[in-house]
Amino acid sequence: MQTLRFGHTAKRRLPGKKDIAIIGVVASGNLEVLLERVLPEAACEVDIATPLSGYDETWKAVVAEFVERSSPGGLRISINDGGARPDTVYLRLMQGSAVMEAE
Amino acid sequence: MEGAATSGQASWFQATARQRVAGLLDPNSFTEFLGPSERVQSPHLHLFDLPSAFDDGVVIGRGKLDGEDVLVAAQEGQFMGGTFGEVSGAKIVGLLRAARDHEHLPRTLLLLLDSGGVRLQEANAGELAVAELMRAIVEARCGGVAVIALVGGKSGAFGGAGLTAATCSRIVVSGQGRIAVSGPEVIETNEGVEEFDAEDKALVWSTDGGKNRRLIGGADAFAEDSMEGFRAAVQALMAKVPAFDLQTMQAEQERLAARQKRFGACDDAVSMWRILGIKEPKAIRDMDSKDFAALANSIKEANHDAR
Repeated sequence: MQTLRFGHTAKRRLPGKKDIAIIGVVASGNLEVLLERVLPEAACEVDIATPLSGYDETWKAVVAEFVERSSPGGLRISINDGGARPDTVYLRLMQGSAVMEAE
Repeated sequence: MEGAATSGQASWFQATARQRVAGLLDPNSFTEFLGPSERVQSPHLHLFDLPSAFDDGVVIGRGKLDGEDVLVAAQEGQFMGGTFGEVSGAKIVGLLRAARDHEHLPRTLLLLLDSGGVRLQEANAGELAVAELMRAIVEARCGGVAVIALVGGKSGAFGGAGLTAATCSRIVVSGQGRIAVSGPEVIETNEGVEEFDAEDKALVWSTDGGKNRRLIGGADAFAEDSMEGFRAAVQALMAKVPAFDLQTMQAEQERLAARQKRFGACDDAVSMWRILGIKEPKAIRDMDSKDFAALANSIKEANHDAR
């Protein structure tokens, strides 16, 4: 297993009141994303556990793109990966932040 | 997106465990125990370089179904085939023991099975979990808890999950739901292709599939493959779960003995359906859920006060 951690400073706090959301399932080509609103205003941490090594740069790029697009300030995001493609990872991250923003 | 996946018409078969819980229960009524943020995960999978899940593939908690309080345990069939491991098993066992020991907890427990059986990477712990689970179900039933199994997921209810289903007070199944102990490939490997041809999908589905289980009394209600279908079937059953006493046990023993006598010589499901008096047994496969449920409700073997 490889673990990766990326720390970002987002542009703003992610709006919404939801404290926790979980999206996706750990299955082949899929992943689960757990989002928790536990960090200060603009901070965002992403922890990844993946069985595939050697994709550090890809993960870094996908996470950076997500932070740029959705500005998930205040979130700690934890990922259990089942070997998902980058587009699936991006989709789940966006779904997760959309759920946190709802209501 | 989550709204569409949990709406009444959404497919149960396609849904995740969390979507099923949300789609089955009254809106916003669910409270989870040991949720994903507590990270109660498998201590074994990382030894095999396999990813774990934050909830180890089981969602447990309480909520309401049509205003009635219920406890719920749901297996995630897409994670490791919904298998019983040390943690995933213990979560379900713990919920049942809590129901057994605390009368103020809901007296109905819905078990959303979706599992190939024991998780091979933690086999001993998984086998123990299944044994503990069956005992916990019996003890909870003795304590007045109605344990209702719901089977309609991609992994079906095989191995320990098949045994678990057979231990429950009532079983709801959909056409896509499969209930058995040994899977078709296992039977073919051990007993030969003459015994059971795992490649013959029509044979496999007509034997293990929900329609056959319902017709021969292996399930008590047939649900359309949707959130609303399972919800309606559970609601109809909840009111009439018999007490778990000596009388029920004796009735179950008689039911199973009579079933074996009647169907013991049959080679396939179609010949059992013929014995049941179904005029066109071959038409069963293509029958839609509503017509099939009505047919099953009219068959004596399929409707009993035992189990």
